[in-house]
Amino acid sequence: MTTAESERPTFSFVSSRILIYMALLLWAFICLFPIYWTVSTSFKTAVNVTQGDIIPWVGQFQPNWKGWRSLGLSPDTIFQTSTVREEFLLRFRNSILVSTGGSLLAIVIGALAAYGLSRFNYKFGPWRNKDISFFFLSQLILPPVVMAMPFLVLFKELDFLDNVFGLIAVYTLTVLPIVIWIMRDQFDTIPIELEQAALVDGCTVWSAFLRIILPIALPGIVAAFILAFVLCWNEYFFASLLTSTYAKTLPVMVASQTGSQGISWWSMAALSTTAIAPLIFIGVFLEKYIVKGLTAGAVK
Amino acid sequence: MSNDSSTSPQISEVGADTISSQRKNLGRGLVITASILLVSLTLAQIFFSAGIISFGFENWRPVLYAYLVWSAALCASQVIINGESGKRALFVLPAVLFTIAMVVFPTIFGVLIAFTNWNLSAFDPPKLNGLDNLRQLWSDHTFWNALRNMVFYVLSILGQYVLAFSLALLLNADIKARKFFRISFLLPFMLSPVAVSWMIGKSLMAPQYGPMVQLMQNFGWADPVFFPASWVAVLFIILMDAWVWIPFIMILLLAGLQALSKEIQEAAKVDGASEWQSFWQITFPLMLPVSITAIVLRIIFQLKLADLVINTTSGGPGGTTDTISSFIFREYRERSNVGYGTMIAEVYLIIIVIFVTLLLKFVSRWMQHENNQ
Repeated sequence: MTTAESERPTFSFVSSRILIYMALLLWAFICLFPIYWTVSTSFKTAVNVTQGDIIPWVGQFQPNWKGWRSLGLSPDTIFQTSTVREEFLLRFRNSILVSTGGSLLAIVIGALAAYGLSRFNYKFGPWRNKDISFFFLSQLILPPVVMAMPFLVLFKELDFLDNVFGLIAVYTLTVLPIVIWIMRDQFDTIPIELEQAALVDGCTVWSAFLRIILPIALPGIVAAFILAFVLCWNEYFFASLLTSTYAKTLPVMVASQTGSQGISWWSMAALSTTAIAPLIFIGVFLEKYIVKGLTAGAVK
Repeated sequence: MSNDSSTSPQISEVGADTISSQRKNLGRGLVITASILLVSLTLAQIFFSAGIISFGFENWRPVLYAYLVWSAALCASQVIINGESGKRALFVLPAVLFTIAMVVFPTIFGVLIAFTNWNLSAFDPPKLNGLDNLRQLWSDHTFWNALRNMVFYVLSILGQYVLAFSLALLLNADIKARKFFRISFLLPFMLSPVAVSWMIGKSLMAPQYGPMVQLMQNFGWADPVFFPASWVAVLFIILMDAWVWIPFIMILLLAGLQALSKEIQEAAKVDGASEWQSFWQITFPLMLPVSITAIVLRIIFQLKLADLVINTTSGGPGGTTDTISSFIFREYRERSNVGYGTMIAEVYLIIIVIFVTLLLKFVSRWMQHENNQ
């Protein structure tokens, strides 16, 4: 027993603490349980699914590689050839390619535009900075359905259907407003004196931007990239309409499995687990950047 | 958006370069050449696809390359003609040209398609059918039902806001393991809607084996069926949507709470205000701008709600859970009704633009009113 407590916490303080932690734990449970459920279901067999077993090694629930085996990803099948795994890896690769490509392109043209809008006074005919910013941000309102069929027609004519590059262009368009929003906020926080000094020293605007401002803005760029990557990775609507066999991404593969008759829960769970694994990784290790990206411009 | 706080960009003009007229002519010549190339290629391809001339390209991709060349020429000529200020224009030009290409052409196509009877499974080529699609839309119950659902889905944001605010307050309290809680609370937002639809919509709420069913049975609901009864189905879509999106609102509000000065809150405590009073009289009013930003952003995203509905109920039963987007998606996918679907999309776009404009007007007016008080 410690007798050093000079101030004993009051009853109301203790009870409010308990309430706070109970509420926090309850919500953490609500957030994490579906994820746990998915991961654990991927190790179940038919019996465990019908019994609704939840905790492994309790009762009948002995973890089983069945779900992963059907994807060709269990320890005993990983070195054998598997058509399902080939298919899965192709989708996974497409998702990575499309998300990275779309985010990178959006970052490059978005960061340039954001910098220009944050530093110079433009005048294209009647268009000023405010109008240009509004033009970009208003794309955020555009729902994907409005663009879906026109893109289908356009891409058919351009031979871009079921093509990774077509999808990259669409994703760049969808994340561009968010990237510009985050990057403009980032550039606005960098003092203008830095470039002015560089300009006096004889730098051009471009070399000042590339050599001085870009390194300082790196955290914002990383935040914008990660947020854009997550949004592209999760995109389903355009991917399902604009791709068919070759360029299909992971969400489309997951969705096409749910529609089939008699879902095998374990393999569906294994597939979902792989689809969300990169996101959980990003969430746990790069949470700081996600928060930075989301809150850009919201709090002045 | 509206809070475009006219940040006056400050890098001042350096003395305008003296540019020889020869250089200017070179720049103009470059743009004109590229424009001629683009226009002639486009016209040739139009004539070719209309069958007027017999030579042309297999698809329109050369026109795309011509557009890229034209864009590059335009950018280069800016620097050649205008010198220093052209170099500045170079920052925004790529994004502007990209967005125009990706938005303008599809929009023109969209409006054209919307007035045709185009059906992918029909043998006849698409024909213009005037206002038929609009008439069909007017008497389409599924559309009006989907629009009414959108009202519910948008209103549910208020509930999400209340929960998100409580969670943000909890996270902002003096607690241990804050990082663990913050990450767990954020995770649902990052997971892909398709996976979430399966994880929660199809697996946790599975008719016979799902743990949700067992939980409900423990509470004495003998035979819970989540998706058949229509209002229950809508409610569960709303709950799933809340699960995904509450973290987004929460993160914005938490950032707002952390930016509040502690001194004001301390002062209130010294004055003897209860927690409840100090929340309503100090914290909440100060949080109003952040709250409104969060809610407006959230409404804009909610108007696009589609993936969850498509993958959980595919709009069913009988279209009761449909959002406009999922309705149009089915129109394309199941009935191949491209013309009609696009007309719905265009009408929906007009509704959204009017709604969001009014919303932003209302919000900015109201904020001014609040500030003047």
